[in-house]
Amino acid sequence: MTASAGAAIEIRKASKRYGAFTALNDIDLHIRPGEFMTLLGPSGSGKTTTLNLIAGFTDISSGTLEIGGKSVTGLPSHKRNIGVVFQHYALFPHMTVGRNVAYPLTLRGIRGEERDRRVKRALDMVKMADFAHRYPNELSGGQQQRVALARALVFDPPLLLMDEPLGALDKKLREWLQLEIKRIHRELGTTFVYVTHDQEEALVLSDRIAVFNGGRIEQIGTGRELYDHPATLFVGRFIGESTVLRGMAETTGDGTTMIIGGQRIFAQGRLPGEARPVILLRPERVGLKRAGADAVTGENRLSGTVTEAIYLGSGSKYEVRLADGTVAVVRSPLGAADFAIGDTVDIAFLPTDLTLLPDDASADVTLT
Amino acid sequence: MPSFPRVLLGLFCLLVAVLLLAPTLVVIPMSFNGNKSLAFPPVGFSWQWYDNFFRNPDWTTSFSNSLIIALIVAVVATVVGTLAAFGVSRAAARTGGLLRALLITPMVVPGVVLAIGIYAVYLDTHLVGTVTGFVLAHTMLAIPFVLIAVQASLEVFDRRLETAAASLGAGRLTVFRTVTLPLILPGILSGALFAFITSFDEIIVALFITSPYLKTLPVQIYTSITRDADPTVAAVGTLLFLATSLIIIAGLLLGMRRART
Repeated sequence: MTASAGAAIEIRKASKRYGAFTALNDIDLHIRPGEFMTLLGPSGSGKTTTLNLIAGFTDISSGTLEIGGKSVTGLPSHKRNIGVVFQHYALFPHMTVGRNVAYPLTLRGIRGEERDRRVKRALDMVKMADFAHRYPNELSGGQQQRVALARALVFDPPLLLMDEPLGALDKKLREWLQLEIKRIHRELGTTFVYVTHDQEEALVLSDRIAVFNGGRIEQIGTGRELYDHPATLFVGRFIGESTVLRGMAETTGDGTTMIIGGQRIFAQGRLPGEARPVILLRPERVGLKRAGADAVTGENRLSGTVTEAIYLGSGSKYEVRLADGTVAVVRSPLGAADFAIGDTVDIAFLPTDLTLLPDDASADVTLT
Repeated sequence: MPSFPRVLLGLFCLLVAVLLLAPTLVVIPMSFNGNKSLAFPPVGFSWQWYDNFFRNPDWTTSFSNSLIIALIVAVVATVVGTLAAFGVSRAAARTGGLLRALLITPMVVPGVVLAIGIYAVYLDTHLVGTVTGFVLAHTMLAIPFVLIAVQASLEVFDRRLETAAASLGAGRLTVFRTVTLPLILPGILSGALFAFITSFDEIIVALFITSPYLKTLPVQIYTSITRDADPTVAAVGTLLFLATSLIIIAGLLLGMRRART
């Protein structure tokens, strides 16, 4: 656990097929040395398959995979020198915590004092040094995962893979461990590749996020890029909260006009090609106003009825059923006017406070 | 004060225990019989039948024959049965199920039928009355026990630990030695114990393939009791009872210690 340079990962045109099923379809992914990259997506989207390819648990069907500038095709997992943390901890139940962490060192011929010193340092890093003589079944889930992290890092791998490591833990513990993982990443400079289906977790942890869907990568970018400028409807809906508006659309000059529930909406910009456009709204970019009141020039208005009003302390969250049946999500800041369920209201937004995206039916699959 | 139904339940359990143990316990007093008869209750007290067991070459040879054969069987059946258990539990579900059904047939087929078949083949191949013959036959009978015991261990063994070990740098053989084997060892050991006992007290096949020059202990017990009701049989029985009790108690204690850590 000396601050060693992390390894770069270069995946080109990689596919993985199981018989007729394509788990991974022609993906390209470049991960920089020392980067914290999260593979995000719903289950079955290919994110874990990608991790397994990097770890060497499965073979690539076609394409190339390089780690640290060297092709690892055909190299078995035990020769790849990669740390892996699993969702189910995978600690050896017949060994104490200390022996679990010493295991990879023993395999590398590191023994005696040097081994003890490194085990101690790894356990110190995850704050588990007092537990070295315990057995895994005497530890809580969070403690076990911290030991697993120490075991995966004790041999100074240039790359650490984590497969939903916090998936089995409760929310409080998860949030605390997220910060621990972030701290450890900062201290070590190791490349981290993290798989999760939890978009909030991805936003907290990552330098960059690759969003997977149906065996493909939809978009790679920082959390901010993905939230503010989603490339696809799927990404827009998967990252953060959103409202999607659909309607008859026509392009007018440098803008797009859309008819929604009989009302006309103007959006800045236009989509290239023939794709049918939809409008994606972020809840905090939308205002809630009394029906027909407080008009601002150029503002879009859609009328509806409040169906849910939740006070959050830092503000309020509303759900508004629009004329066409769409339920819009609105977050208003502290101090904005209050509304109650049943109120007739307008949602209001500027033509520049929205994202125009090509429609995609596959993005409507329930997201978990 | 325990309630009445509890007391009743306790008494009932005791009754069942007595019923199960009585036939075995009867043997112990008989082994100290002062007369040369297998009568119960015994008359007088003597160590003469124990003395006879350790002095009479008929008994000592048959005992050492049984011990040698059972030890070889335990080793061979454990190795073969463990490998078979790996094959069965790691093959595709249907293939595995079919293989398993095939492999446990020696347990299901009536012993006499097996014995006839084995005897017929052994006559042709001159295996009657040989250690090889006994080891082969008993190994076949013992494999199902090892298979079942090891397979039960493998079923609760988390294969993801093997993946984890590989990711930490362990090759396949190292993974087996350091992770898989230690974790399924209780199953393998109980399989080995079953295999040993299966061979050690096997009588049906043994009666067919025995010869005057190679007798196992059960055969010796059977012939001696049918020929002259020799109370040495009771002494042997008592010794075996003590030995198996000790082994089982040791096993239980070991299991308890393991469970605590």
